[in-house]
Amino acid sequence: MVDGFRPVTLQETLNIRSQYNCTPIAGGTDLMVQKARGFALKPGFEQPLLFIGHLPELQKIVIKNNQIHIGSGLLLTDLLNSEIIPEIFKEAVRLMASPPSRNLASIGGNICNASPAGDTLPYLYAVDAQLVLKSVAAKRTVPIDKFITGPKQTDLRKDELLTEIIIPNKTFGVNYYKKVGQRKGMSLTKAAFLGLADCENKRITDIRIAFGSVSPKIVRSREIERTIVGKPTFEMITAIPEILAKYALLIRPIDDARSSAVYRKKVSLRLLEDFLRKIDKEK
Amino acid sequence: MKIEFVLNNKSQIIEVDPARRLLDILREDFGLTGVKEGCGEGECGACVVLMDGKAVNSCLVPAGNIVGKSIVTLESFKKTERYKMIESCFLEAGSVQCGFCTPGIVMATESLLNENPNPTEKEIKEGLSGNLCRCTGYNMIFKGIHLAAKRGKGLW
Repeated sequence: MVDGFRPVTLQETLNIRSQYNCTPIAGGTDLMVQKARGFALKPGFEQPLLFIGHLPELQKIVIKNNQIHIGSGLLLTDLLNSEIIPEIFKEAVRLMASPPSRNLASIGGNICNASPAGDTLPYLYAVDAQLVLKSVAAKRTVPIDKFITGPKQTDLRKDELLTEIIIPNKTFGVNYYKKVGQRKGMSLTKAAFLGLADCENKRITDIRIAFGSVSPKIVRSREIERTIVGKPTFEMITAIPEILAKYALLIRPIDDARSSAVYRKKVSLRLLEDFLRKIDKEK
Repeated sequence: MKIEFVLNNKSQIIEVDPARRLLDILREDFGLTGVKEGCGEGECGACVVLMDGKAVNSCLVPAGNIVGKSIVTLESFKKTERYKMIESCFLEAGSVQCGFCTPGIVMATESLLNENPNPTEKEIKEGLSGNLCRCTGYNMIFKGIHLAAKRGKGLW
């Protein structure tokens, strides 16, 4: 068996992808842990590795037609150092892992790992990120909530690679992000909450709400968001019970080593409430 | 897979399974045992080395990702003026007890000061957030780094 491929160009990479069963690997921060076999041992991969982290085609970050195109191979550290990444997204990235891991981990890896606790995901869901998937024969663009089909499950085809993440080049007036973890550094998320909103003349013109780590997939409801848009900001406090009750039906956390379902749900709804209270004060 | 990289300023070509961990290559093939294995999951920082000048967890780096990179471990870093400054400040501040985490802490300190020669207390804590120490309670380590930044002006 070939033990691995390290192509030099994206085209070559896609050719290999179309011909062989192989595991694409960028920084390796998730895969090397998932496949670890223990002290001083080589990780046990079932397939040859396809190294993609170094590909120059995946390292670009540019603004085109008022959208930010982020190469899937960019490191979390690159995102933090970029001047065009919105600050609220950086806030989430800054709380991920630690510097020695952020110097390895790629944004594409965090998406394709498709963990319900993936910390780039609440923001990417909230801004309707589009993912560019390429194969030798074709290129398609898929919204992130269609790409991730379940915990650790994606719609990535056997011959495809995630090459680019497209987000709007836009910042919101109200930005709220909280990650709940055991400690600040190096912690895996128990629950994450992201809230974004725009207000004009004391009316809500846009609102995005996303919860991480509390369901098999990131929780976002365009339907509930639509019922909030257009409302006066100063009615938010009175609307709290009704909005919380709607989201309570969608938040279905589990008990695990990191936290309990009861706590996760309670803290998530309290963060939502805190966000709504913040909007209430908007002009 | 044939892999070319630079290790402690010397070019190397090795034939290795690309899934092998950089940590094991350094310890087993090159005898660089200053690199420690703690958790093996990227959480403790005992295996931190520099890759192109930046701190990385060598337990998470497959060999296929070191092609063309420059890797620096404590064994070579200890010959530098920067190291000598960190060492004397760590000794003075009592930053070292059992010593197992120390190589990783030293490399993370170098990476931090290289990027930010004048870190605030908060920046020191963030910079070292990937390194666990079960002896010192961290305060003496932060003090040692603060001291090194202060006394080592011009080194970074």
